[in-house]
Amino acid sequence: MTEVDVAEQEPGIRGGSLSLTERTDRMHATILAPLRRTGPGYVAMMVALFAVFVWGVYAWTVQIRHGLAVTGLSDPIPWGFYITNFVFWIGVSHAGTFISAVLRVSSVGWRTPVVRMAEFMTIAALLMGAWMPIVDLGRPDRLLNVLNYGRFQSAIVWDLLAITTYLTGSLIYLYLPLIPDVALARDELDPHRHRLRHRLYSILAVGWHGNEEQWRRLARGIRIMCVLIIGVMVSVHTVVSWIFGMTLRAGWHSTIFGPYFVVGAIWSGLAAVLVGMAVFRRAFHMKEVITKRHFVRVANLLLVAGLVYMYLTFNEYLTIAYKLEPQDRSLLDAIFSGEFAPLFWTYFLGGMVVPMLLLALPWTRNVPGIVTASILVNVGMWIKRFVITVPSLAVPQIPVQWASYAPTWIEVSIIAATFAGFALLVGLMAKVMPLVPMWELEEQMRVGAE
Amino acid sequence: MDAAALERPRKVIPGGREPTPIDPAEVTRRAFLRRIVGGAAVASLGVVGGSTAAIADEGHGEEDEHDTGGQSQRVRRWAMVIDLRRCDGCVEIEAPPQCTQFCNWGRFVPEGQEWVVVVQQPHDDPVGAPPHTMPIPCFHCENAPCVNVCPVGATFHSVEGTVLIDQERCIGCRLCIAACPYSRRFFNWGEPAQPDWVKESAYNVRTQTPALRGTVMKCDFCTDLLEVGGLPMCARGCPWGALYFGDLEEDVATNGREVVKLSAFIHETGAFRYKEELGTEPRVWYVPGSGEQVPRTHHREFMREHLEWPWREWASDDRVPEGSPPMEGDHVEAGGGHD
Repeated sequence: MTEVDVAEQEPGIRGGSLSLTERTDRMHATILAPLRRTGPGYVAMMVALFAVFVWGVYAWTVQIRHGLAVTGLSDPIPWGFYITNFVFWIGVSHAGTFISAVLRVSSVGWRTPVVRMAEFMTIAALLMGAWMPIVDLGRPDRLLNVLNYGRFQSAIVWDLLAITTYLTGSLIYLYLPLIPDVALARDELDPHRHRLRHRLYSILAVGWHGNEEQWRRLARGIRIMCVLIIGVMVSVHTVVSWIFGMTLRAGWHSTIFGPYFVVGAIWSGLAAVLVGMAVFRRAFHMKEVITKRHFVRVANLLLVAGLVYMYLTFNEYLTIAYKLEPQDRSLLDAIFSGEFAPLFWTYFLGGMVVPMLLLALPWTRNVPGIVTASILVNVGMWIKRFVITVPSLAVPQIPVQWASYAPTWIEVSIIAATFAGFALLVGLMAKVMPLVPMWELEEQMRVGAE
Repeated sequence: MDAAALERPRKVIPGGREPTPIDPAEVTRRAFLRRIVGGAAVASLGVVGGSTAAIADEGHGEEDEHDTGGQSQRVRRWAMVIDLRRCDGCVEIEAPPQCTQFCNWGRFVPEGQEWVVVVQQPHDDPVGAPPHTMPIPCFHCENAPCVNVCPVGATFHSVEGTVLIDQERCIGCRLCIAACPYSRRFFNWGEPAQPDWVKESAYNVRTQTPALRGTVMKCDFCTDLLEVGGLPMCARGCPWGALYFGDLEEDVATNGREVVKLSAFIHETGAFRYKEELGTEPRVWYVPGSGEQVPRTHHREFMREHLEWPWREWASDDRVPEGSPPMEGDHVEAGGGHD
């Protein structure tokens, strides 16, 4: 057996010499530590992220004042960075639920220390993703028209419904397993030193005392939610893909776009979770709870998602390249050897082949290797979403010149703001809520000890 | 089509030379309509059947009331035929494409947009056709992808079959621009430049005036002109009479010089619809051709770059042209002092 299997077999806090109670206390202390103390590093980081976010919001106000003319968009290429970023963040939002719900349904034990941070990331990514179409609107002041005059025939209305359902569902799904932990935080935190928090936890714990009836109901609620949320998760990215798929554009006019986007979302989302795990492990000193074992397990899932995504990519391009209709031909020329070739091959080699090698080869299957691969996957998938969005628009549909698109500082600033806003939100949630479901870990430690 | 008319192309070069005596720019609306062959077109197109109310549609939930006082209850079904045998992209008259130019000026098309664009087909389309120039307006498809995807019903079919945009409802998501397989939709990215008096006018969904920032625009078939017996701006501008407008319901069409039976004209000339295989059911037919019915003396570089949008100057100029803009011909004169 390898070092991973032996040394990190036990759930939660290790240490053969310690008793179960001692280990449980240490686990509580480790997980609640970020809630008790806030270091200067954390504050500095949050301030920096906030500054980037505010700068992006400023850029948005400039855009609202002057219209979308301040972007690099044009009639031939009406969508660019914003829609790319929208697809990216909705993609990232998948992983939280994927890890959490799918692994919970299949009773995979090692998921526990990872699920909550993944769920935090889902919420933050969804909020950033949902912001993007609003930024992209020519008339954000008329956003409510979608409610007042919404036509169910339009994929945008499907999108609105799917995303809001998913956000609501994710919040409920995040909240239910949080209740016992919040109750624990309420009980463990000094009510005089942390008055505000204590009150917050008391409200959120909704009178949790851990009696049998409460546990029974909680288990039932979680069970229902984790089945429901999987369906909603699949629907969300499918519907996002249909915004593209319901048009007659070369490259978008595809029947596999639904599953293609869903798998792409899981691929980029799992990678985002791995990056998040690495950051939290370092920032909140959780090396004892989040171990190499967790990285390797999630990385295995990532590798599988990557293989499926590569298969679908191959499938998508081969079927149109074989027939080579005129518009498809100019699209493929542009992607494989033309204007977009540098981007496409950067994605394919740097965001697909290299990360998959890093994940697959035994001597890079360690934390640094996995995290490097994950970062590459995310960069690659952002580029891939751009290569899905823009070249199909750039292909002339009537005999006119090719159009080109270059983003302006406004667009770049707003994109940067979504990344900063995402990190900021996740950071804040992790500061306020216990980052790991302690009760589940405790349960597993008890079972492991018996 | 009498040959004399073909040999005297109307040269209209905004900002350039003086309009020639036969320039429609100098012709008032009444005189213009009188000139339309024997007044037949006026008679056939002039019968207006309650089309002010006809603007309503199911998407807007307004009931359409055809109160025509005992007149015909028939509703217009506007259509267009473009005779490519007579289209040379205006290279022969040394001018930018006149359909585009008339449209831009007569409809106050915001700068940068070309609701009707003249393209050069690089290869046979349809197969076997010689290379040709081809004006492309909005096709007002019966199965319009843009109408299907609009999340708020801002783009809709009028009962007359035209596809219009309610710029006061449009949220500017641009999904319709992505969905249109003919790239015939345009967006007001910034504040659209238009003459002050247009900007200040009350909003009209038919004429899409004034243009509103952050909303989508396109060719509207000039139904406001059609229903009072006039021709749309592009047809007025065409020096060769290549553009016919008509009514599928009454089965008649005219280019302003001759009147044809629409269905027979389409059938006999073997007219096709662009990208018919997409199933969008356009309301614009093309008579195959490559300008062979107009005199050809020389070939020149395709003249797109000369298109002019006068609105910036107009907007800074406080001048208010007399009368209602699309019906008057004074827009060309106004451009006369452009340089």
